[in-house]
Formats: sequence, structure tokens, C-alpha cells
Amino acid sequence: MDKFSGMKYLKKNDAVLLGFAIVLFALLQGLISGKVLSSFWQLNVLIIGINIIMAVSLNLINGYTGQFSLGHAGFMAVGAYVGVVLTTNFHAPFVVALLAGGLSAAFLGFLIGIPTLRLNGDYLAIATLGLGEIIRIVIMNIEYVGGAAGFKGIPHHTNFAWVFWLTVIALFFIKNFVNSTHGRACLAIRENEIAAESMGINTTKYKVLAFAIGAGFAGIAGGLFAHCFYLISPNSFTFMASFNYLIMVVMGGMGSITGSIAGAFVVTFLSAALASWPEFRMIIYALALIFLMFYRPQGLFGYMEITSMRPLNRIFGRPGEKKEGGRTDG
Amino acid sequence: MEMGQQVLQQLVNGISLGSIYALIALGYTMIYGIIKLINFAHGDIYMVGAYIGFFAITQAGLSIVPALLVSLVTTAMLGMLVEKLAYKPLRHAPRLSVLITAIGVSFFLEYASMYFVSPTPRTFPAVMDSVAINIGGLVINGQQLLILGITFVLMVILTYIVKFTNTGKAMRAASFDTETAQLMGINSDRIISITFGIGSALAAVAGVLVGIYYNSIDPLMGIMPGLKAFVAAVLGGIGILPGAVVGGIILGVVEAFVSGFISSTFRDAAAFAILIIVLLVRPTGIFGKNTKEKV
Repeated sequence: MDKFSGMKYLKKNDAVLLGFAIVLFALLQGLISGKVLSSFWQLNVLIIGINIIMAVSLNLINGYTGQFSLGHAGFMAVGAYVGVVLTTNFHAPFVVALLAGGLSAAFLGFLIGIPTLRLNGDYLAIATLGLGEIIRIVIMNIEYVGGAAGFKGIPHHTNFAWVFWLTVIALFFIKNFVNSTHGRACLAIRENEIAAESMGINTTKYKVLAFAIGAGFAGIAGGLFAHCFYLISPNSFTFMASFNYLIMVVMGGMGSITGSIAGAFVVTFLSAALASWPEFRMIIYALALIFLMFYRPQGLFGYMEITSMRPLNRIFGRPGEKKEGGRTDG
Repeated sequence: MEMGQQVLQQLVNGISLGSIYALIALGYTMIYGIIKLINFAHGDIYMVGAYIGFFAITQAGLSIVPALLVSLVTTAMLGMLVEKLAYKPLRHAPRLSVLITAIGVSFFLEYASMYFVSPTPRTFPAVMDSVAINIGGLVINGQQLLILGITFVLMVILTYIVKFTNTGKAMRAASFDTETAQLMGINSDRIISITFGIGSALAAVAGVLVGIYYNSIDPLMGIMPGLKAFVAAVLGGIGILPGAVVGGIILGVVEAFVSGFISSTFRDAAAFAILIIVLLVRPTGIFGKNTKEKV
């Protein structure tokens, strides 16, 4: 339903962004097909795309709705495992596997969300962390999917086109969701849950909705991630992975899609560049998190989007102003 | 008979593991009680404590009790330093910022120690002869007795400090209502610092005891016990000291039973399942009182 109400917003701004996406796609695809990028960096381009989906979907939960979740990797695991079982054991088409993975993650998010989203703040953080771990441990104990040793023999379906266009779809979907009536309700919950409730917003409904959508995109990202490799194991989806996505969101700005893209880009790039010094990488992350909280707790972008900054706001208008108006309506 | 004995044996194992959780949980619950922060770095403080104990024994050649004291004092200072550098500047920041900082501190302690002491696990030296008491087939080994004994002594000392000293009174007042306590002339910054010190000291002892019990320590050993100790604190009622002890022991026993009778791979899942059940059924924990949310 949001997809359709979003359609009427598909105006000039979206057309410009779409044009930009096509140019970027042609450029990157050219670099990949022309073998300018080494296979290591080719893989990392895919990972950046997947991480953008993860970060922006986590941002919907943590940043826009203000529900601090630490179990995002668990939903990614569900999507990944549902996907690989469908493609490897049932020879399903890739798109079916991705959709099924996304839907099962979303459904699980919905089921988990109803009881846990009654909690708030620290308790929600630790409960979602626990749930993410429970998902991983359960997968680890299912022999059918290879248990702790992992699932082998996955067909290599993920390519740049899949990752790029799914990332674009995820970004558009979440952007439109945030700018819709439902998104406004989520923002209101973030700003003040009690006030939102007293204004007649069904807080549980919107929290669960945001949680399920975020989980669904994490599931799709999981499907993409799994089909990059021959083998996946539950160890790829520990809470350390969830923390990694959290770092992207916090670094970029909780409540900014541009920020999530930047965060995913910076973190993936750093991980790849510092792959030989894993300790330094984590020390840098740790110090970055601490100093961000000291000097710029809103993250690099805060609530800003790049389209509302100069000089781009000349092309895109000032959606920031529109947003303010919309908030008083809602 | 065979079954009954096995149950008793797991109970003994569970209580010794649980007293370690209890020691860590005490620090968690004290810190949460006073500044409402899940100190994610608490598990890593425990890891640092284990390493200090390890080096005190292997490098300085100390025996167990002096090594425990060295580790206890140094780690307490580290805990106070962390509080001063990382959490104090954020005293009036949103709680989420402090939580994220705590995650950052946790990563920093883990990977900085990994850089200094290498990621490979170290074998903790055997500090005592392997004695084991056999009571009709029920085996209690020396390490378990040591853990139970030291935990008991520390709890008595802690109870004395919190109940009967001025500092303890100030701690209780500050955790009840920091602002009012400040108006009554309590230096809340000092009390928070002391709380971190005591909590970290308890975690350090737990770290050394775990080293003795499992013979192995590594820079990431603090993550899981840290999270589980939080579960224990929530189970007992966060902010309540006896609750942390009871919660820790229940958690240890449940884990011992799950790994003894079901599968050790489900051990960690059991802890988190307990957390979720508690949060859904009785979010204030076993000893907690209900408080109404004010608008």
C-alpha cells in the first residue's frame, strides 16, 4: 500500500535521482566489465551495495522510528538461509529466492516485533541482540542447512546489476516510506512516544511495521550476500555483524538515508583497506564511535539528506522545508 | 540414582559458574542503578582483570591471593578511568549516546588488548593442586570451592560496604535519586566513580577465577559473560544487589542443565531466552517493584 501511495511522489526529484542512478550504474558496470577493478574490489563493490541495504533498513528501525535494535544480522541470516535452500536444493529462480528470503525475514520480524517492541531503550537493544543470537544458534543446530560448518555449494547468482538495482529499490522504498503518512507516524514515535500515542497514533502498529520492513530488506540483503559466496556459515551473522551495521548507521547519522549510504561506504571501504590489520580496524571503529558521541552525536549527516544541501538543493528543491510542513500536518 | 546424581553434579557446576556471573552482574546492576547505563564494556573489564591476574602470576610470580589483589586494584582503577574519560563527559547526553559510547569502549578494550597480548588464547597457570572432594559420587573440585569461597567473602564485604558505610549510604541514595542526593551534599561524581571502581574490582576477581576454572583466557572472553551477566542482573531485578546474585546463580544453573542434558550449543540461547521471557513476563525482575511511567 505504501508502494502505491509513494507513486504520486515519483516526480521531478525522483526522475533526477533515477537518472543519476542510471549514470552511476553505467559507470560502475563499465569499470567492472572493463576489468579496471580487481576481483577483490569487485567483491567489495557488491558488499558495499549489500551493506547500504542493511544500513538503510536498520536506519528505518533505529534512526527513523527510534527503536534501538541490535539484532539486524539475525534477519539477514534468515534471508540468506531461506534463499540458499531455495536456489541450491529446489533450483528456484534467484528472484524468487530473494523475495522468499525477504518475506520470511519480514514475517519473523513481525512475529518478534509484537512482543519485544513493548520494551524500550536499553532493554529493547539487549532483547534484539539476544533474539539475533537465538536465530543464529537455531540455524547452527539445523543439520539440514549444514549446522555450524555452514551451507556449501551455493550457486553464484549475485552480480553487480542485481545488487545495484535492489539497492536502488530499497533506497526508494524507504525514502518514500519515511515521507509517507506512515513514515511521519514513525518519526513522531521517535520524537516522543507518549505524545505520539496521545495524538492517536497506534504506536505498536507503526513500530512493528517499521521493524518488519527493516527485517524484510535485511532478508533480501542476506540473500544477495549469500549468493556472492560458495559457502555461508552462521558465523557471518553474529552480533558483531549487527554492531557493524549499527556503526554504519550511527556514523552516517540516525535518520538520514544519505548518512547510511556514506556510513556503509566508509565502513566497508575501511574494512577492505585494513583487512590485513583487523585489530587496528576495530580500534579505529571504537575510537570513531566514542569521538562521534562526544563531538557529533547526530552522526556525519544528522537528519540531513544530500538532496537538501547546497548546491544540490537547486536541482531538488528544498524537501527539508516540505518535511517541516508535513510534520505539523501529521 | 544415576540420574539424580547427574542432576546434583550439574547443580554444583551451575552454582560455581553462576557465582562468577553473579560477581559480574553485581557490577552491572550497581552501575545501571546509579547512571542507568548498560555498561557494555563491563565484560571487557572482566577480561582485562583476568589478564592482569595472569601476568601477575606468570610474570611477577605472585601466588593466587596477591595476584587477585593486584588485579582487583588495577582493574578498579581502569574502571574509574574509563568512567572519567568516556562516560563522565556524556553525563547529560541522551542515554542512547552513552550506550553507543559504551559499545565503543567495549570494542576498544577488546581490540587494544588483542593488539597488546595477541589474539591467541593463553593457558592460565595451575595455581592450586587439583584436589577434588568426592561425596558419594558427587565431585566438587578445588577450583569450585575456591570460587564459592571467594564469592562468598566478597559478597559479605560488599554487603558491609553498601549497608553500613557512609559511602554505601551515599551510593544507595544516589541510585535512588541522583539529583536529590546531590542536594543533600553527596558528591555524585565521586560516588559514580567509586561505583565503577567497586564494580570493576568484582569483575576482575571473576576474571581471574574464570581463568583458574577454565585454564584459558583470550581477549574476547568477556563478550558472552558480559551479556549473560546483564541477563542475570535483569532476571534478579536491575539495580538490586541480592537480585544480581540470585539471577547469576539461576542463570548458571540453567546453563549447566541445558549443556548437560540438551546440548552445549544451546547454552547461550538459553540465557537469551531467559532474558526475553523475563522482559515479557516480569520486566522488573524477580525482586523488582513495579514503577509507573510518568508523563
